[in-house]
Amino acid sequence: MLLKNLKITSSCIICFNKVIINDKLDFVEKNYKSFPSFIKSVYRNYKIGYPKFFKMDNLSKLGFITSELLLKQDDLLSNYKNDEIGIIISNSGSSIDTDIKYYNTIKDKSNYFPSPSVFVYTLPNIMIGEICIRNKIMGESSFFISEKFNPDFLCNYINILFNTSKIKSCISGWVEYEENNYESFLFLVEKENKKNNGRNINFEPENILMIK
Amino acid sequence: MEALITTLKKEIIEVLNLEEMEIEDIETDAPLFVEGLGLDSIDALELIVLLEKKYGLKIETAEEGKKILFSVRTMAEFIKGNK
Repeated sequence: MLLKNLKITSSCIICFNKVIINDKLDFVEKNYKSFPSFIKSVYRNYKIGYPKFFKMDNLSKLGFITSELLLKQDDLLSNYKNDEIGIIISNSGSSIDTDIKYYNTIKDKSNYFPSPSVFVYTLPNIMIGEICIRNKIMGESSFFISEKFNPDFLCNYINILFNTSKIKSCISGWVEYEENNYESFLFLVEKENKKNNGRNINFEPENILMIK
Repeated sequence: MEALITTLKKEIIEVLNLEEMEIEDIETDAPLFVEGLGLDSIDALELIVLLEKKYGLKIETAEEGKKILFSVRTMAEFIKGNK
């Protein structure tokens, strides 16, 4: 059953050297060179100050920064207990970029040095873990892999979570990274717009597509 | 020894992605874990890989590892003593 009172109260998109927060262009890297230098510029521009960022793989850096910009504009999670916040993210490529990097450390048997710090990122839900650690989120979390972004599925799944678990807010969306191609789109769903911030859109599949 | 210590600090910054850190920020005798640089268990594994890959040296036991990976100086002494 779809809940009528669920709202999308914030959104953030990072793609093609741009950051868009609540439908407004907020940052553009004019001399774009590569994803690693772009995402570092975003990190420094917003003064995020979290040294562990530099140890993350590209997928986690992308999801982590998107979540920071989604949530930190108005400290959106401060009204909730740790186990009242859920996080449900999806993509199509899983952790393929890091999987290939890890494979490159083990494919040559005469130069066989498996990298522990690369290996730990060979699952896409590690990105969710990084966001949870940063924000002390302890509610429901899942990572789904589908060929294309599927707002109907996410909407249905998140409604079930609101109906059956403790969560009162949920971060959701799509975070994809593969060989310098990237797209990240996260939004916050709440029962009510507690902070009365930028967005107040009914949480429905067609509306998710509209803001993507 | 000082040259080796400087090289090790550069390598530690590189392999552990300590991008906001300069060589001067790493104290030669400060503990690498918990205090000091605040490294974690994955970082320890990465330092073990560094010693094997760059210097051909293996740490045989966890006890030995604790002593060798205590600080940049203890790492440098291990490398120098096993050349």
